[in-house]
Amino acid sequence: MVSPAVAVLLIWMIVPLAMTIWFSFQQYNLLYPDRTGFAGIENYYYFITDFRFQPAIWNTLRLVLGVLAITTIGGILLALLLDQPFWGQGIVRLLVLAPFFVMPTVSALVWQNMFMDPVNGLFAHIAKAFGGDGYDFLGQSPLMSIIIMVAWQWLPFATLILLTALQSLDREQIEAAEMDGASVWSRFIYIILPHMTRAITVVILIQTIFILSVYAEILVTTNGGPGTASLNLPFLVYLASIVDNDVGMGAAGGVIAIILANIVAFFLMRAIGKNLEH
Amino acid sequence: MGQITLSKVVKQFGEVTVIPPLDLEINEGEFVVFVGPSGCGKSTLLRLIAGLEDTSAGSITIDGVNATDLPPAKRGLAMVFQSYALYPHMTVRKNIAFPLKMAGMSPEEQEKRVKAAAGVLNMNKLLDRRPGQLSGGQRQRVAIGRAIVREPKAFLFDEPLSNLDAALRMGMRLEITELHQRLKTTMIYVTHDQVEAMTMADKIVVLNAGRIEQAGSPLELYKNPKNIFVASFIGSPKMNFVGGQVAKYHNAATIGVRPEHVMLSTSSGPWKGTVGVAEHLGSDTFVHVNTEEAGTITARISGEVVVKHGDTVWLTPMPDKIYRFDAEGVAI
Ligand SMILES: Nc1ncnc2c1ncn2[C@@H]1O[C@H](COP(=O)(O)OP(=O)(O)OP(=O)(O)O)[C@@H](O)[C@H]1O
Ligand SMILES: [Mg+2]
Repeated sequence: MVSPAVAVLLIWMIVPLAMTIWFSFQQYNLLYPDRTGFAGIENYYYFITDFRFQPAIWNTLRLVLGVLAITTIGGILLALLLDQPFWGQGIVRLLVLAPFFVMPTVSALVWQNMFMDPVNGLFAHIAKAFGGDGYDFLGQSPLMSIIIMVAWQWLPFATLILLTALQSLDREQIEAAEMDGASVWSRFIYIILPHMTRAITVVILIQTIFILSVYAEILVTTNGGPGTASLNLPFLVYLASIVDNDVGMGAAGGVIAIILANIVAFFLMRAIGKNLEH
Repeated sequence: MGQITLSKVVKQFGEVTVIPPLDLEINEGEFVVFVGPSGCGKSTLLRLIAGLEDTSAGSITIDGVNATDLPPAKRGLAMVFQSYALYPHMTVRKNIAFPLKMAGMSPEEQEKRVKAAAGVLNMNKLLDRRPGQLSGGQRQRVAIGRAIVREPKAFLFDEPLSNLDAALRMGMRLEITELHQRLKTTMIYVTHDQVEAMTMADKIVVLNAGRIEQAGSPLELYKNPKNIFVASFIGSPKMNFVGGQVAKYHNAATIGVRPEHVMLSTSSGPWKGTVGVAEHLGSDTFVHVNTEEAGTITARISGEVVVKHGDTVWLTPMPDKIYRFDAEGVAI
């Protein structure tokens, strides 16, 4: 009875997952095709004890938290701004959405070459206009630069969801609060923010899932460097399996990433469940 | 306290003038009802008094203080909205305490006042629920509770009962009237239900396209309507209007006679007609009669009458209860 669709979905999910798990327990290095067979937990052991593993975990965390902080706070501010009536509202709302339609690789290249370049970038020009020096964003603060790029991409998404939530707020509630003597700040804290918690939770959940797997921006800009400064877990998996040619170890990294993502998802779902109750 | 004066108040939305210059005096402790057809500017007028809309011209004085440019919170008025506008994520207790909290009152004092308000409105058991877990009538009570804890100079109600069913409406109508008698605070109440207006008001203000057609006590408006608009708006069922030859006979362009002032006979009378529909309410019967002389006339007959569809009857308007109007619709 469980329809073919479910079966197809299951296969669609299960087969790659099973193969990843299978490879993660195999000796499978493209440079040594003759070494095959069961590897036990060796792949996992080497992946976790790799000197790049810990920085990768911390960077992944920093990246997710950094982007979430910028996009939710920035998204709330932008949504509040866009909710005000002003001339040219339609066009501005459309423009705010634009970054979402730019491919990650393209946006990363644009940021790298047109904005953050220490010599020719826009920021360098601005700094020079004020008598300063160009700052080598990707060399000096690589992770921060990537956080900015990814946040720029996701800000429209957060803004859109939060704006929709804001517009569904009953005008009369705000007016009632106004009559009750609530200042602008109190109205935001006691009426608007509680009204938006559900939307904020949704934004955080969806973005976390995508930002955990940020990869393209790192590949086209810093390649995880300098050193391990902008290396995250997905990029370490790429380094292990493609650059180091060790498919087994890459697969082990993949499985670890899946487990970590599920732990995060578990806690997020619990938090959401609480927020969605009423 | 609670004396409100509007003088030459104008409200325009862009090019559209919703309220032309309007003067109104609301006395301390009065229960004033704004009535009028949909879109006539009742809500707008109430929101102007509340401070939720800016006046385009003119001034609003509250207790002798010019409040025209004061923000809503500084006017000392409380409003009950049609949608109740409760804060959905707060419990009833927090909803009611919200204005007190905003005023910086201590938690003990807040709790004391919330308890008192809950006692008055009979909702002690509901304090820990959220608005989503309440019925329409209970929500209404919470909204009123939130208004009374502030001890405002005046209450503003915008069609507070329009979302309730008929039985509940009648109950709440009584409760609000009782509340007014107990608190003796000025109340301004917007409705388009003339029964609510007649039963609750000390003073009714009949609005039409932003203008005040007439203001006065319910009985004054019932007995001496200034024009056809007021005459047709006050009273239920509506007043009968007759023009043409019959009106000319009374030296008027139109005459009006209320259904309760039409006598019905099965033998003789000036207006002969056939019964269209007879609505039996038990205590009263509304008989709609199609007459040759005066068109369709509704008569309100006390008790049961044995007339049915198609019967021939004769109607007599009580001579001293005939209202006469000139060509402009103004009472003569
Ligand atoms: N914000 C606004 N912008 C433009 N026009 C408005 C605005 N608010 C109200 N109006 C207009 O003002 C007029 C009066 O509206 P108002 O809401 O006061 O009517 P009302 O008497 O309360 O009607 P109802 O009985 O249907 O509630 C209407 O014609 C309405 O279209
Ligand atoms: Mg209205």
